[in-house]
Amino acid sequence: MESKSTKYILGIVGILLGLLWLSPFYLMLVNAFKSKKEIFMGVLGLPEAWSFDNFVEAFIDLNFVNSLWNSVLITVISVLIIILFSSMAGYALSRNKSKVSAAVLMLFVAAMLIPFQSVMIPLVSLFGQADMLNQAGLIFMYLGFGSSLSIFLYHGAMTGVSVSLDEAALIDGANKFQTFWHIIFPLLKPISVTVAILNIIWIWNDYLLPSLILSEESATIPLKMFYFFGQYTKQWHLALAGLTIAIIPVIVAYFFAQKQIIEGVSEGAVK
Amino acid sequence: MRNRDVSFWLFLTPVLLGLGLVVIVPLIYGTYYSFTDWNGLSANEFVGFDHYVRLFQDQAFLSSIWFTIKFAFVTVILLNIIGLGLALLVTQKLKTSNLLRTIFFMPNMIGGLILGFIWQFIFISVFSDIGEALGIEALQGWLSTTNTGFWGLVILTLWQMSGYIMIIYIAYLQNIPGELIEAAKIDGASSWQRFKSITFPLVAPAFTVSLFLTLSNSFKIYDQNLSLTNGGPYESTQMVAMEIVKTAFSANEMAYGQAKAVVFFFIVAAIALTQVYYNKKREVDL
Repeated sequence: MESKSTKYILGIVGILLGLLWLSPFYLMLVNAFKSKKEIFMGVLGLPEAWSFDNFVEAFIDLNFVNSLWNSVLITVISVLIIILFSSMAGYALSRNKSKVSAAVLMLFVAAMLIPFQSVMIPLVSLFGQADMLNQAGLIFMYLGFGSSLSIFLYHGAMTGVSVSLDEAALIDGANKFQTFWHIIFPLLKPISVTVAILNIIWIWNDYLLPSLILSEESATIPLKMFYFFGQYTKQWHLALAGLTIAIIPVIVAYFFAQKQIIEGVSEGAVK
Repeated sequence: MRNRDVSFWLFLTPVLLGLGLVVIVPLIYGTYYSFTDWNGLSANEFVGFDHYVRLFQDQAFLSSIWFTIKFAFVTVILLNIIGLGLALLVTQKLKTSNLLRTIFFMPNMIGGLILGFIWQFIFISVFSDIGEALGIEALQGWLSTTNTGFWGLVILTLWQMSGYIMIIYIAYLQNIPGELIEAAKIDGASSWQRFKSITFPLVAPAFTVSLFLTLSNSFKIYDQNLSLTNGGPYESTQMVAMEIVKTAFSANEMAYGQAKAVVFFFIVAAIALTQVYYNKKREVDL
Protein backbone atom coordinates (compact mmCIF):
# COMPACT_ATOMS: atom_id res chain seq x y z
CA MET A 1 0.00 0.00 0.00
CA GLU A 2 1.70 3.14 -1.23
CA SER A 3 -0.66 5.57 0.47
CA LYS A 4 -0.44 4.01 3.94
CA SER A 5 3.34 4.18 4.21
CA THR A 6 3.35 7.66 2.66
CA LYS A 7 0.88 8.77 5.27
CA TYR A 8 3.06 7.29 8.01
CA ILE A 9 6.12 9.18 6.77
CA LEU A 10 4.10 12.40 6.40
CA GLY A 11 2.86 11.95 9.97
CA ILE A 12 6.43 11.78 11.25
CA VAL A 13 7.51 14.76 9.12
CA GLY A 14 4.56 16.69 10.54
CA ILE A 15 5.48 15.91 14.13
CA LEU A 16 9.11 16.90 13.56
CA LEU A 17 8.13 20.17 11.90
CA GLY A 18 5.64 20.89 14.68
CA LEU A 19 8.39 20.41 17.29
CA LEU A 20 10.74 22.61 15.27
CA TRP A 21 8.08 25.34 15.17
CA LEU A 22 7.54 25.09 18.93
CA SER A 23 11.24 24.99 19.82
CA PRO A 24 11.65 28.80 20.18
CA PHE A 25 8.84 28.79 22.75
CA TYR A 26 10.44 25.84 24.56
CA LEU A 27 13.82 27.58 24.67
CA MET A 28 12.26 30.78 25.93
CA LEU A 29 10.30 29.02 28.64
CA VAL A 30 12.98 26.70 30.07
CA ASN A 31 15.59 29.44 30.19
CA ALA A 32 13.17 31.85 31.84
CA PHE A 33 13.28 29.50 34.86
CA LYS A 34 17.08 29.45 35.07
CA SER A 35 19.46 31.69 36.96
CA LYS A 36 21.96 33.85 35.11
CA LYS A 37 24.71 31.38 35.87
CA GLU A 38 22.70 28.39 34.66
CA ILE A 39 22.03 30.07 31.31
CA PHE A 40 25.75 30.68 31.00
CA MET A 41 26.37 26.97 31.64
CA GLY A 42 23.98 25.83 28.92
CA VAL A 43 20.70 26.82 27.30
CA LEU A 44 19.41 23.52 25.93
CA GLY A 45 18.62 21.52 29.07
CA LEU A 46 15.97 21.84 31.73
CA PRO A 47 16.53 24.11 34.73
CA GLU A 48 17.87 22.62 38.02
CA ALA A 49 14.91 23.98 39.94
CA TRP A 50 11.61 25.41 38.73
CA SER A 51 11.87 28.73 40.50
CA PHE A 52 9.45 31.55 39.73
CA ASP A 53 11.81 34.27 41.01
CA ASN A 54 12.59 35.61 37.53
CA PHE A 55 8.91 35.88 36.72
CA VAL A 56 8.13 37.75 39.90
CA GLU A 57 10.96 40.22 39.30
CA ALA A 58 10.05 40.72 35.62
CA PHE A 59 6.37 41.08 36.44
CA ILE A 60 7.11 43.88 38.89
CA ASP A 61 9.66 45.62 36.66
CA LEU A 62 7.35 45.46 33.66
CA ASN A 63 4.62 46.99 35.78
CA PHE A 64 2.66 44.33 33.96
CA VAL A 65 -0.80 44.98 35.37
CA ASN A 66 -0.54 48.56 34.22
CA SER A 67 0.74 47.80 30.70
CA LEU A 68 -1.80 44.98 30.30
CA TRP A 69 -4.56 47.42 31.25
CA ASN A 70 -3.24 50.01 28.76
CA SER A 71 -3.17 47.41 25.98
CA VAL A 72 -6.68 46.15 26.79
CA LEU A 73 -8.06 49.69 26.97
CA ILE A 74 -6.57 50.83 23.65
CA THR A 75 -7.42 47.60 21.82
CA VAL A 76 -10.99 47.19 23.08
CA ILE A 77 -12.06 50.80 22.51
CA SER A 78 -10.38 51.01 19.10
CA VAL A 79 -11.93 47.76 17.89
CA LEU A 80 -15.43 48.68 19.13
CA ILE A 81 -15.20 52.03 17.37
CA ILE A 82 -13.90 50.44 14.17
CA ILE A 83 -16.74 47.87 14.20
CA LEU A 84 -19.46 50.44 14.85
CA PHE A 85 -18.36 53.05 12.31
CA SER A 86 -17.15 50.64 9.60
CA SER A 87 -20.36 48.60 9.66
CA MET A 88 -22.41 51.80 9.39
CA ALA A 89 -20.30 52.92 6.44
CA GLY A 90 -20.40 49.50 4.78
CA TYR A 91 -24.19 49.51 5.12
CA ALA A 92 -24.62 53.04 3.73
CA LEU A 93 -22.27 52.36 0.82
CA SER A 94 -24.01 49.13 -0.15
CA ARG A 95 -27.52 50.64 0.02
CA ASN A 96 -26.56 53.58 -2.20
CA LYS A 97 -25.87 52.43 -5.76
CA SER A 98 -24.73 55.82 -7.09
CA LYS A 99 -21.37 56.70 -8.59
CA VAL A 100 -20.53 58.88 -5.59
CA SER A 101 -20.98 55.89 -3.30
CA ALA A 102 -18.79 53.69 -5.52
CA ALA A 103 -16.13 56.41 -5.54
CA VAL A 104 -16.12 56.62 -1.72
CA LEU A 105 -15.67 52.85 -1.47
CA MET A 106 -12.86 53.07 -4.03
CA LEU A 107 -11.20 55.76 -1.93
CA PHE A 108 -11.12 53.47 1.09
CA VAL A 109 -9.81 50.53 -0.94
CA ALA A 110 -7.11 52.71 -2.52
CA ALA A 111 -6.07 53.98 0.92
CA MET A 112 -5.06 50.42 1.83
CA LEU A 113 -2.12 50.84 -0.57
CA ILE A 114 -0.62 53.65 1.50
CA PRO A 115 2.06 52.28 3.86
CA PHE A 116 2.05 53.60 7.41
CA GLN A 117 5.63 54.86 7.21
CA SER A 118 4.80 57.25 4.40
CA VAL A 119 2.28 59.20 6.49
CA MET A 120 3.69 58.78 10.01
CA ILE A 121 5.95 61.88 10.07
CA PRO A 122 3.28 64.47 9.13
CA LEU A 123 0.71 62.52 11.18
CA VAL A 124 2.75 62.87 14.37
CA SER A 125 3.45 66.51 13.59
CA LEU A 126 -0.21 67.39 12.92
CA PHE A 127 -1.56 65.55 15.95
CA GLY A 128 1.21 67.05 18.06
CA GLN A 129 0.15 70.56 17.06
CA ALA A 130 -3.45 69.69 17.96
CA ASP A 131 -2.23 68.37 21.34
CA MET A 132 -3.57 64.92 20.49
CA LEU A 133 -0.49 62.74 21.10
CA ASN A 134 -2.32 60.70 23.74
CA GLN A 135 -4.53 57.62 24.08
CA ALA A 136 -7.57 59.32 22.54
CA GLY A 137 -5.49 60.45 19.57
CA LEU A 138 -4.09 56.94 19.16
CA ILE A 139 -7.57 55.40 19.16
CA PHE A 140 -8.70 57.88 16.51
CA MET A 141 -5.64 56.97 14.41
CA TYR A 142 -6.55 53.29 14.65
CA LEU A 143 -9.99 54.17 13.27
CA GLY A 144 -8.28 55.94 10.36
CA PHE A 145 -5.92 53.05 9.60
CA GLY A 146 -8.30 50.21 10.43
CA SER A 147 -11.52 51.32 8.76
CA SER A 148 -10.55 50.63 5.12
CA LEU A 149 -10.29 46.84 5.28
CA SER A 150 -13.21 46.68 7.73
CA ILE A 151 -15.53 48.70 5.47
CA PHE A 152 -14.49 46.54 2.53
CA LEU A 153 -15.39 43.37 4.46
CA TYR A 154 -18.73 44.78 5.69
CA HIS A 155 -19.60 46.02 2.21
CA GLY A 156 -18.96 42.52 0.85
CA ALA A 157 -21.12 40.92 3.56
CA MET A 158 -24.00 43.32 2.88
CA THR A 159 -24.69 41.71 -0.51
CA GLY A 160 -26.26 38.83 1.44
CA VAL A 161 -28.68 41.11 3.32
CA SER A 162 -31.94 41.73 1.46
CA VAL A 163 -33.22 45.29 0.90
CA SER A 164 -36.75 44.12 1.76
CA LEU A 165 -35.67 44.10 5.42
CA ASP A 166 -34.95 47.84 5.22
CA GLU A 167 -38.28 48.47 3.55
CA ALA A 168 -40.22 46.48 6.13
CA ALA A 169 -38.55 48.39 8.97
CA LEU A 170 -39.25 51.70 7.25
CA ILE A 171 -42.95 50.84 6.96
CA ASP A 172 -42.97 49.99 10.66
CA GLY A 173 -41.79 53.53 11.30
CA ALA A 174 -38.13 52.91 12.13
CA ASN A 175 -35.60 55.57 11.14
CA LYS A 176 -32.38 54.74 9.26
CA PHE A 177 -30.27 54.35 12.35
CA GLN A 178 -32.83 52.16 14.14
CA THR A 179 -33.13 50.01 11.02
CA PHE A 180 -29.38 49.57 10.87
CA TRP A 181 -28.84 48.97 14.56
CA HIS A 182 -31.77 46.64 15.30
CA ILE A 183 -32.25 44.82 11.99
CA ILE A 184 -29.05 44.90 9.91
CA PHE A 185 -26.21 44.97 12.42
CA PRO A 186 -27.24 41.72 14.20
CA LEU A 187 -27.25 39.95 10.81
CA LEU A 188 -23.65 41.05 10.22
CA LYS A 189 -22.40 39.23 13.31
CA PRO A 190 -20.19 36.68 11.49
CA ILE A 191 -18.31 39.39 9.62
CA SER A 192 -18.11 41.48 12.81
CA VAL A 193 -16.25 38.57 14.42
CA THR A 194 -13.79 38.51 11.50
CA VAL A 195 -13.32 42.29 11.62
CA ALA A 196 -12.77 42.16 15.39
CA ILE A 197 -10.19 39.36 15.16
CA LEU A 198 -8.17 41.00 12.38
CA ASN A 199 -8.10 44.36 14.15
CA ILE A 200 -7.37 42.92 17.61
CA ILE A 201 -4.31 41.00 16.36
CA TRP A 202 -2.95 44.05 14.61
CA ILE A 203 -3.64 46.69 17.28
CA TRP A 204 -2.60 44.50 20.21
CA ASN A 205 0.82 43.84 18.64
CA ASP A 206 1.42 47.26 17.11
CA TYR A 207 4.66 48.83 18.25
CA LEU A 208 5.72 51.67 15.95
CA LEU A 209 2.62 53.89 16.19
CA PRO A 210 2.28 53.77 20.00
CA SER A 211 6.04 54.32 20.31
CA LEU A 212 5.60 57.66 18.53
CA ILE A 213 2.50 58.67 20.49
CA LEU A 214 2.37 57.34 24.04
CA SER A 215 4.32 58.34 27.12
CA GLU A 216 5.88 55.67 29.33
CA GLU A 217 3.00 55.65 31.89
CA SER A 218 0.43 54.83 29.21
CA ALA A 219 2.72 52.35 27.38
CA THR A 220 1.12 49.24 25.89
CA ILE A 221 2.74 45.80 26.27
CA PRO A 222 4.99 45.91 23.14
CA LEU A 223 6.16 49.40 24.03
CA LYS A 224 6.85 48.50 27.66
CA MET A 225 8.63 45.35 26.46
CA PHE A 226 10.98 47.49 24.39
CA TYR A 227 11.98 49.66 27.37
CA PHE A 228 12.25 46.59 29.59
CA PHE A 229 14.47 44.72 27.14
CA GLY A 230 16.80 47.68 26.79
CA GLN A 231 17.28 47.60 30.57
CA TYR A 232 18.12 43.90 30.68
CA THR A 233 20.57 43.29 27.86
CA LYS A 234 22.93 40.52 28.94
CA GLN A 235 20.44 39.42 31.62
CA TRP A 236 18.63 36.84 29.57
CA HIS A 237 16.98 35.12 32.57
CA LEU A 238 14.93 38.25 33.32
CA ALA A 239 14.41 39.27 29.71
CA LEU A 240 13.04 35.82 28.83
CA ALA A 241 10.77 35.76 31.87
CA GLY A 242 9.40 39.15 30.77
CA LEU A 243 8.85 37.91 27.22
CA THR A 244 7.03 34.84 28.53
CA ILE A 245 4.71 36.97 30.65
CA ALA A 246 4.04 39.26 27.68
CA ILE A 247 2.91 36.47 25.38
CA ILE A 248 0.83 34.47 27.87
CA PRO A 249 -2.39 36.50 27.30
CA VAL A 250 -2.06 36.03 23.54
CA ILE A 251 -1.42 32.28 23.71
CA VAL A 252 -4.36 31.78 26.11
CA ALA A 253 -6.70 33.76 23.82
CA TYR A 254 -5.40 31.81 20.81
CA PHE A 255 -6.14 28.43 22.34
CA PHE A 256 -9.67 29.44 23.26
CA ALA A 257 -10.58 30.99 19.93
CA GLN A 258 -8.21 29.36 17.44
CA LYS A 259 -10.95 28.13 15.11
CA GLN A 260 -12.53 31.57 14.75
CA ILE A 261 -9.11 33.22 14.53
CA ILE A 262 -7.85 31.01 11.70
CA GLU A 263 -11.16 31.33 9.82
CA GLY A 264 -11.18 35.09 10.29
CA VAL A 265 -7.59 35.52 9.12
CA SER A 266 -8.28 33.29 6.13
CA GLU A 267 -11.32 35.36 5.17
CA GLY A 268 -9.46 38.64 5.59
CA ALA A 269 -6.49 37.52 3.50
CA VAL A 270 -8.27 35.85 0.62
CA LYS A 271 -10.67 38.74 -0.08
CA MET B 1 -30.15 55.81 0.58
CA ARG B 2 -29.43 58.50 -1.94
CA ASN B 3 -26.56 60.98 -2.24
CA ARG B 4 -28.74 63.86 -1.08
CA ASP B 5 -29.93 61.94 2.01
CA VAL B 6 -28.46 63.37 5.17
CA SER B 7 -28.39 59.89 6.70
CA PHE B 8 -26.07 58.57 3.96
CA TRP B 9 -23.44 61.17 4.82
CA LEU B 10 -24.05 60.85 8.57
CA PHE B 11 -23.28 57.14 8.35
CA LEU B 12 -20.05 57.93 6.52
CA THR B 13 -18.90 60.94 8.57
CA PRO B 14 -16.87 59.11 11.27
CA VAL B 15 -14.84 56.97 8.87
CA LEU B 16 -14.36 59.80 6.38
CA LEU B 17 -13.04 61.99 9.20
CA GLY B 18 -10.77 59.17 10.35
CA LEU B 19 -9.35 58.40 6.93
CA GLY B 20 -9.11 62.08 6.02
CA LEU B 21 -7.31 63.32 9.13
CA VAL B 22 -5.12 60.25 9.67
CA VAL B 23 -4.17 59.24 6.13
CA ILE B 24 -5.18 61.64 3.34
CA VAL B 25 -4.32 65.00 4.93
CA PRO B 26 -0.93 63.80 6.29
CA LEU B 27 -0.08 62.31 2.89
CA ILE B 28 -0.77 65.56 1.05
CA TYR B 29 0.72 67.76 3.79
CA GLY B 30 3.83 65.56 4.00
CA THR B 31 4.35 65.41 0.25
CA TYR B 32 4.17 69.20 0.06
CA TYR B 33 6.60 69.66 2.97
CA SER B 34 9.10 67.22 1.45
CA PHE B 35 9.84 70.04 -1.02
CA THR B 36 10.63 72.52 1.78
CA ASP B 37 13.03 72.88 4.70
CA TRP B 38 10.27 71.78 7.12
CA ASN B 39 11.49 70.91 10.64
CA GLY B 40 8.28 69.26 11.84
CA LEU B 41 6.62 72.49 12.93
CA SER B 42 7.24 75.13 10.32
CA ALA B 43 8.88 75.60 6.94
CA ASN B 44 10.68 78.76 5.81
CA GLU B 45 11.91 77.93 2.38
CA PHE B 46 10.91 76.00 -0.68
CA VAL B 47 13.85 73.79 -1.68
CA GLY B 48 12.40 72.08 -4.76
CA PHE B 49 13.80 68.64 -5.45
CA ASP B 50 16.87 69.08 -3.21
CA HIS B 51 15.85 66.32 -0.78
CA TYR B 52 15.09 63.95 -3.63
CA VAL B 53 18.43 64.62 -5.32
CA ARG B 54 20.16 64.12 -1.98
CA LEU B 55 18.50 60.80 -1.17
CA PHE B 56 19.65 59.26 -4.45
CA GLN B 57 23.23 59.99 -3.34
CA ASP B 58 22.62 58.92 0.26
CA GLN B 59 24.58 55.69 0.81
CA ALA B 60 22.66 54.75 3.97
CA PHE B 61 19.31 55.07 2.18
CA LEU B 62 20.42 53.29 -0.99
CA SER B 63 21.97 50.42 0.93
CA SER B 64 18.81 50.07 3.04
CA ILE B 65 16.78 49.79 -0.17
CA TRP B 66 19.18 47.23 -1.60
CA PHE B 67 19.15 45.23 1.64
CA THR B 68 15.33 45.33 1.69
CA ILE B 69 15.11 44.16 -1.94
CA LYS B 70 17.46 41.23 -1.26
CA PHE B 71 15.51 40.37 1.89
CA ALA B 72 12.16 40.59 0.08
CA PHE B 73 13.40 38.43 -2.81
CA VAL B 74 14.66 35.62 -0.57
CA THR B 75 11.73 35.65 1.89
CA VAL B 76 9.05 35.80 -0.82
CA ILE B 77 10.40 32.68 -2.52
CA LEU B 78 11.03 30.69 0.67
CA LEU B 79 7.78 31.77 2.34
CA ASN B 80 5.72 30.58 -0.59
CA ILE B 81 7.54 27.25 -0.84
CA ILE B 82 7.27 26.58 2.91
CA GLY B 83 3.72 27.95 3.14
CA LEU B 84 2.53 25.73 0.30
CA GLY B 85 4.43 22.76 1.73
CA LEU B 86 2.82 23.18 5.16
CA ALA B 87 -0.62 23.61 3.55
CA LEU B 88 -0.20 20.40 1.55
CA LEU B 89 0.96 18.61 4.69
CA VAL B 90 -1.94 19.64 6.93
CA THR B 91 -4.56 18.91 4.24
CA GLN B 92 -3.49 15.22 4.07
CA LYS B 93 -6.09 14.25 6.70
CA LEU B 94 -3.42 13.23 9.21
CA LYS B 95 -4.50 12.63 12.80
CA THR B 96 -2.38 15.61 13.81
CA SER B 97 -3.60 17.96 11.03
CA ASN B 98 -5.59 20.33 13.21
CA LEU B 99 -2.95 20.48 15.90
CA LEU B 100 -0.21 21.16 13.35
CA ARG B 101 -2.23 23.92 11.70
CA THR B 102 -2.64 25.54 15.13
CA ILE B 103 1.09 25.27 15.86
CA PHE B 104 2.28 26.58 12.50
CA PHE B 105 0.02 29.60 12.73
CA MET B 106 0.84 30.40 16.37
CA PRO B 107 3.85 32.73 15.83
CA ASN B 108 1.56 34.99 13.79
CA MET B 109 -0.44 35.85 16.85
CA ILE B 110 2.55 37.43 18.57
CA GLY B 111 3.98 40.80 17.67
CA GLY B 112 7.17 41.08 15.62
CA LEU B 113 8.90 43.05 18.35
CA ILE B 114 8.55 40.28 20.93
CA LEU B 115 9.41 37.53 18.42
CA GLY B 116 12.57 39.42 17.46
CA PHE B 117 13.71 39.48 21.09
CA ILE B 118 13.09 35.73 21.49
CA TRP B 119 15.10 34.99 18.35
CA GLN B 120 17.88 37.30 19.44
CA PHE B 121 18.36 34.91 22.35
CA ILE B 122 18.23 31.88 20.06
CA PHE B 123 20.71 33.22 17.51
CA ILE B 124 23.16 34.51 20.09
CA SER B 125 23.01 31.99 22.96
CA VAL B 126 21.35 28.84 21.63
CA PHE B 127 23.17 28.80 18.28
CA SER B 128 26.52 29.25 19.97
CA ASP B 129 25.80 26.42 22.45
CA ILE B 130 24.70 24.06 19.69
CA GLY B 131 27.71 25.07 17.61
CA GLU B 132 30.03 24.33 20.50
CA ALA B 133 28.41 20.95 21.21
CA LEU B 134 28.55 19.85 17.57
CA GLY B 135 31.76 21.64 16.64
CA ILE B 136 30.12 23.79 13.97
CA GLU B 137 32.05 27.03 13.66
CA ALA B 138 29.34 28.66 11.48
CA LEU B 139 26.92 28.84 14.42
CA GLN B 140 29.13 31.21 16.39
CA GLY B 141 28.73 34.99 16.44
CA TRP B 142 25.29 35.18 14.82
CA LEU B 143 23.86 38.67 14.31
CA SER B 144 27.34 40.16 14.67
CA THR B 145 27.92 40.16 10.92
CA THR B 146 25.83 41.50 8.05
CA ASN B 147 25.39 38.05 6.58
CA THR B 148 24.17 36.34 9.76
CA GLY B 149 21.98 39.38 10.48
CA PHE B 150 20.40 38.98 7.06
CA TRP B 151 19.75 35.26 7.47
CA GLY B 152 18.59 35.84 11.03
CA LEU B 153 15.90 38.19 9.75
CA VAL B 154 14.97 35.73 7.01
CA ILE B 155 14.64 32.80 9.47
CA LEU B 156 12.58 34.88 11.90
CA THR B 157 10.24 36.01 9.10
CA LEU B 158 9.85 32.46 7.76
CA TRP B 159 9.00 31.15 11.21
CA GLN B 160 6.51 33.94 11.82
CA MET B 161 4.83 34.24 8.42
CA SER B 162 4.80 30.71 6.94
CA GLY B 163 1.69 29.81 8.93
CA TYR B 164 -0.14 32.81 7.53
CA ILE B 165 0.74 31.91 3.94
CA MET B 166 -0.23 28.32 4.76
CA ILE B 167 -3.74 29.53 5.72
CA ILE B 168 -4.13 31.25 2.34
CA TYR B 169 -3.06 28.14 0.44
CA ILE B 170 -5.35 25.94 2.56
CA ALA B 171 -8.33 28.14 1.61
CA TYR B 172 -7.64 27.47 -2.08
CA LEU B 173 -6.70 23.81 -1.63
CA GLN B 174 -10.02 23.12 0.08
CA ASN B 175 -11.88 24.51 -2.92
CA ILE B 176 -10.49 21.77 -5.18
CA PRO B 177 -13.32 19.30 -5.78
CA GLY B 178 -12.46 15.90 -4.31
CA GLU B 179 -14.00 14.11 -7.32
CA LEU B 180 -11.35 15.66 -9.57
CA ILE B 181 -8.55 14.05 -7.57
CA GLU B 182 -10.47 10.75 -7.31
CA ALA B 183 -11.09 10.65 -11.05
CA ALA B 184 -7.39 11.25 -11.75
CA LYS B 185 -6.48 8.48 -9.29
CA ILE B 186 -8.78 6.04 -11.09
CA ASP B 187 -7.20 7.07 -14.38
CA GLY B 188 -3.87 6.03 -12.87
CA ALA B 189 -2.27 9.44 -12.32
CA SER B 190 0.63 9.39 -9.84
CA SER B 191 0.60 11.76 -6.88
CA TRP B 192 3.14 14.01 -8.62
CA GLN B 193 1.02 14.06 -11.79
CA ARG B 194 -2.06 14.91 -9.74
CA PHE B 195 -0.21 17.74 -8.02
CA LYS B 196 1.21 19.09 -11.30
CA SER B 197 -1.94 18.86 -13.41
CA ILE B 198 -4.75 19.46 -10.92
CA THR B 199 -3.65 20.92 -7.62
CA PHE B 200 -1.06 23.36 -8.89
CA PRO B 201 -3.17 25.06 -11.61
CA LEU B 202 -6.11 25.41 -9.22
CA VAL B 203 -3.91 26.85 -6.48
CA ALA B 204 -2.17 29.29 -8.85
CA PRO B 205 -4.43 32.23 -7.83
CA ALA B 206 -3.32 31.71 -4.23
CA PHE B 207 0.22 32.08 -5.46
CA THR B 208 -0.52 35.57 -6.84
CA VAL B 209 -2.26 36.59 -3.61
CA SER B 210 0.56 35.30 -1.40
CA LEU B 211 3.30 36.59 -3.64
CA PHE B 212 2.19 40.19 -3.45
CA LEU B 213 1.18 39.96 0.18
CA THR B 214 4.60 38.68 1.20
CA LEU B 215 6.32 41.15 -1.11
CA SER B 216 4.63 44.23 0.34
CA ASN B 217 4.96 42.89 3.90
CA SER B 218 8.69 42.32 3.42
CA PHE B 219 9.07 45.94 2.33
CA LYS B 220 7.20 47.30 5.33
CA ILE B 221 8.96 45.29 8.06
CA TYR B 222 10.10 47.39 11.01
CA ASP B 223 9.48 45.71 14.40
CA GLN B 224 11.47 42.56 13.68
CA ASN B 225 14.32 44.62 12.28
CA LEU B 226 14.38 46.80 15.40
CA SER B 227 14.29 44.00 17.97
CA LEU B 228 16.48 41.43 16.22
CA THR B 229 19.42 43.43 14.86
CA ASN B 230 18.49 47.09 15.41
CA GLY B 231 20.06 47.59 11.98
CA GLY B 232 23.49 46.46 13.19
CA PRO B 233 26.32 45.82 12.75
CA TYR B 234 27.05 49.39 11.58
CA GLU B 235 23.59 49.91 10.06
CA SER B 236 24.31 47.17 7.53
CA THR B 237 21.05 45.30 8.22
CA GLN B 238 18.88 48.40 8.30
CA MET B 239 15.76 48.19 6.15
CA VAL B 240 13.93 51.08 4.47
CA ALA B 241 11.23 51.51 7.12
CA MET B 242 13.84 51.79 9.88
CA GLU B 243 15.94 54.16 7.80
CA ILE B 244 12.95 56.49 7.46
CA VAL B 245 12.12 56.35 11.19
CA LYS B 246 15.74 57.11 12.12
CA THR B 247 16.08 59.98 9.66
CA ALA B 248 12.93 61.61 10.98
CA PHE B 249 12.95 60.85 14.70
CA SER B 250 16.63 60.28 15.59
CA ALA B 251 18.36 62.69 13.20
CA ASN B 252 15.34 65.04 13.32
CA GLU B 253 15.44 65.68 9.60
CA MET B 254 11.69 65.75 9.11
CA ALA B 255 11.49 67.04 5.54
CA TYR B 256 14.29 64.79 4.34
CA GLY B 257 12.75 61.78 6.12
CA GLN B 258 9.43 62.58 4.48
CA ALA B 259 11.08 62.70 1.03
CA LYS B 260 12.32 59.16 1.70
CA ALA B 261 8.81 58.24 2.87
CA VAL B 262 7.34 59.53 -0.41
CA VAL B 263 9.77 57.40 -2.43
CA PHE B 264 8.87 54.45 -0.20
CA PHE B 265 5.18 55.10 -0.90
CA PHE B 266 5.79 54.91 -4.66
CA ILE B 267 7.68 51.62 -4.32
CA VAL B 268 4.95 49.95 -2.22
CA ALA B 269 2.13 51.39 -4.36
CA ALA B 270 3.84 50.14 -7.52
CA ILE B 271 3.96 46.61 -6.08
CA ALA B 272 0.27 46.79 -5.13
CA LEU B 273 -0.83 48.20 -8.48
CA THR B 274 1.06 45.45 -10.31
CA GLN B 275 -0.96 42.97 -8.28
CA VAL B 276 -4.25 44.68 -9.19
CA TYR B 277 -3.19 44.57 -12.85
CA TYR B 278 -2.39 40.83 -12.67
CA ASN B 279 -5.66 40.05 -10.89
CA LYS B 280 -7.65 41.88 -13.57
CA LYS B 281 -5.70 40.15 -16.30
CA ARG B 282 -6.33 36.74 -14.77
CA GLU B 283 -10.06 37.43 -14.45
CA VAL B 284 -10.12 38.27 -18.15
CA ASP B 285 -8.19 35.11 -19.03
CA LEU B 286 -10.63 32.86 -17.18
